[in-house]
Amino acid sequence: MLKIDNLQASIEGTQILKGIDLEVKPGEIHAIMGPNGSGKSTLAQVLAGHESYEVTGGSASFLGKDLLDMKPEQRASAGLFLAFQYPVEIPGVNSTYFLRTGYNQIRKERGEEQMDAIDFLALIREKLKLVEMDESFLKRSVNEGFSGGEKKRHEVLQMAVLEPKLAILDETDSGLDIDALRIVANGVNALHSPDKAAIVVTHYQRLLEYIVPDYVHVLYKGRIVKSGGKELALELEEKGYDWVKNEAVGAVA
Amino acid sequence: MSEKTDRKDWYLARFADFEQGLNGEASTAVHAARRQAIARFGELGFPSGRDEEWRYTSIAALLREDFDPLHDDAELPNNIDSLLVGGLDSYVLVFVDGRYAAGLSQTDGLPTGVRVESLAEGLKEGVLVEGIGAIAADGEDAFAALNAAFLRDGALVRIAAGMQLDKPVQLLFVASRAHAASNPRVFVSVEKNASAAIVESYASLTPEVHWTNSVAEISVGENAQVDHYRIQDENAAAYHISSLYVREERASNFRSTCITLGGLLTRNHVHTQLVGEGIDSTLNGLYVMEGAQHVDNHTLIEHVQPHCQSHEFYKGVLADDSKGVFRGQILVHQAAQKTDAYQANQNLLLSDRAEINTKPQLEIYADDVKCSHGATIGQLDEDAIFYLRSRGIGRAAARRVLTRAFAGEVIERVKIEVLRRELEDRVGQRLERVVSALE
Repeated sequence: MLKIDNLQASIEGTQILKGIDLEVKPGEIHAIMGPNGSGKSTLAQVLAGHESYEVTGGSASFLGKDLLDMKPEQRASAGLFLAFQYPVEIPGVNSTYFLRTGYNQIRKERGEEQMDAIDFLALIREKLKLVEMDESFLKRSVNEGFSGGEKKRHEVLQMAVLEPKLAILDETDSGLDIDALRIVANGVNALHSPDKAAIVVTHYQRLLEYIVPDYVHVLYKGRIVKSGGKELALELEEKGYDWVKNEAVGAVA
Repeated sequence: MSEKTDRKDWYLARFADFEQGLNGEASTAVHAARRQAIARFGELGFPSGRDEEWRYTSIAALLREDFDPLHDDAELPNNIDSLLVGGLDSYVLVFVDGRYAAGLSQTDGLPTGVRVESLAEGLKEGVLVEGIGAIAADGEDAFAALNAAFLRDGALVRIAAGMQLDKPVQLLFVASRAHAASNPRVFVSVEKNASAAIVESYASLTPEVHWTNSVAEISVGENAQVDHYRIQDENAAAYHISSLYVREERASNFRSTCITLGGLLTRNHVHTQLVGEGIDSTLNGLYVMEGAQHVDNHTLIEHVQPHCQSHEFYKGVLADDSKGVFRGQILVHQAAQKTDAYQANQNLLLSDRAEINTKPQLEIYADDVKCSHGATIGQLDEDAIFYLRSRGIGRAAARRVLTRAFAGEVIERVKIEVLRRELEDRVGQRLERVVSALE
């Protein structure tokens, strides 16, 4: 589904990603872990097409197409979704309008029929249950005045509406209390299926108790320095990131 | 001699022409008031860039044009439906080049105690309508003085005490002729315990340059309510100078919404005086400028008595080489304790060449007041654009969504639903054009 080969990217002249290799197949959940500043969020943003980052080398294909050649909105239409670490507040745009515009734009791109306001409301009401959100959210401006937990649940709501083939969750667990974490994780798990895949970017092992990954990768200084099964997350939790850092330094030396 | 002085002399000469054509009317009370006004204009002359109140707005181009304030050859259109607010059930007065057009107006079914009519008849008889000129504090305003000097027509709206006007009043001013200068006067008096909604709009039938120099006076009686809208959508060559003077009595509620879409050069001066206690006064505004358009919103809210609230909220979208000026003066007199005044001016610049000069000006002589102000100038938020794009919304559509949302914060405060929808459409279309030009 996603194949990343020696991907390199920089921002304002500073190299952040120094050669990432990763392959994600349908049905798989990959966790990407790593200390602060290792490039986890950069990887997520580059895959979603943020234009502040410059891809300086390597390639990435998504469902057989050149991902790096696609605009952010084309990536969304193709079925890629990024749950933001810091969802953006958009005053004056209510959540329903925002979601319906995106939803219909994507349907249009795929040559599908537009959904009218009434049908869409029925759809979104169903999805709200998944993230245990109140309908009053729909009338509020996107993310404006939302608590940290509400913002993250709103991200999962969007994911539920857009039904992406590949979801990238960028530190969706950060700042969440245990209840919100459970709701968010349940939502993500409910949306998972054998034809879909997810990349869960996280600093902590905690989220992975709820969303169980098939593979865990450790990112350090812009490279994946270690990959393994879900037990790698536990090992990291126990030994801390210094263990990986030391190994990585040892390998270079 | 400077252009400024030459042009002053030119209008003084036009006034002499005006007097010559008057015959018997020249000896009436109306004309005595005009004479006073032209004398005041003669003393004041046109403002210059050295004048602090005109520092960021140059009227040099306006002074280069030979505008004719005496033209009497308006081209009456057959139909002005497209210029009226679509589907708004209202009493309508239409003015072409500043002169009342009875055939295009509609005031059937006016309740007793309500007057919605042209000023011209009364003026012809030499009878100055009681109250006209009393609210306009035009001693320092050359343009208001010029308007008073060439006063020939305008709109009179008077709502008797206790009357709740059942429908809004639409006052439509259209320009039909190149180089016409119209000096319409709007006089609104909403008496004690009465209420009314007034929609004042300005449009052009000609694509050529013309000048509107309007003065509106609104008297809001004790415990009265006035919802006032001013929509200026003249052609992009037009000059538009307006003054709105409002006098608010005890426990009254006044709301003004000033929308500027048209004009090459627009100056909207607003001066509200809160002369009683317990008043709630709101000034909302929205401007969308493109090309070489220039808009100057120059507001003064004067708190004279205690326990009043004022809210001022102006937003602007500036594209291309357009320029905006906002001056928000709040004057709190010593007696006006417990004043609560809030002011905000927010601007969205869509081009590197667009400019805004925004200046809050708080003058507070009372010691127990709550006054706050904030001005922002920004561009479209790139993070927000990326967020929208990541949800499948293309860049152009994302810009449209964000720009409309920005302007929407003013439009959603419009209380008349039909008007609100019309403004959503009209402003939306303008923004669409401005944003698609960015691609």
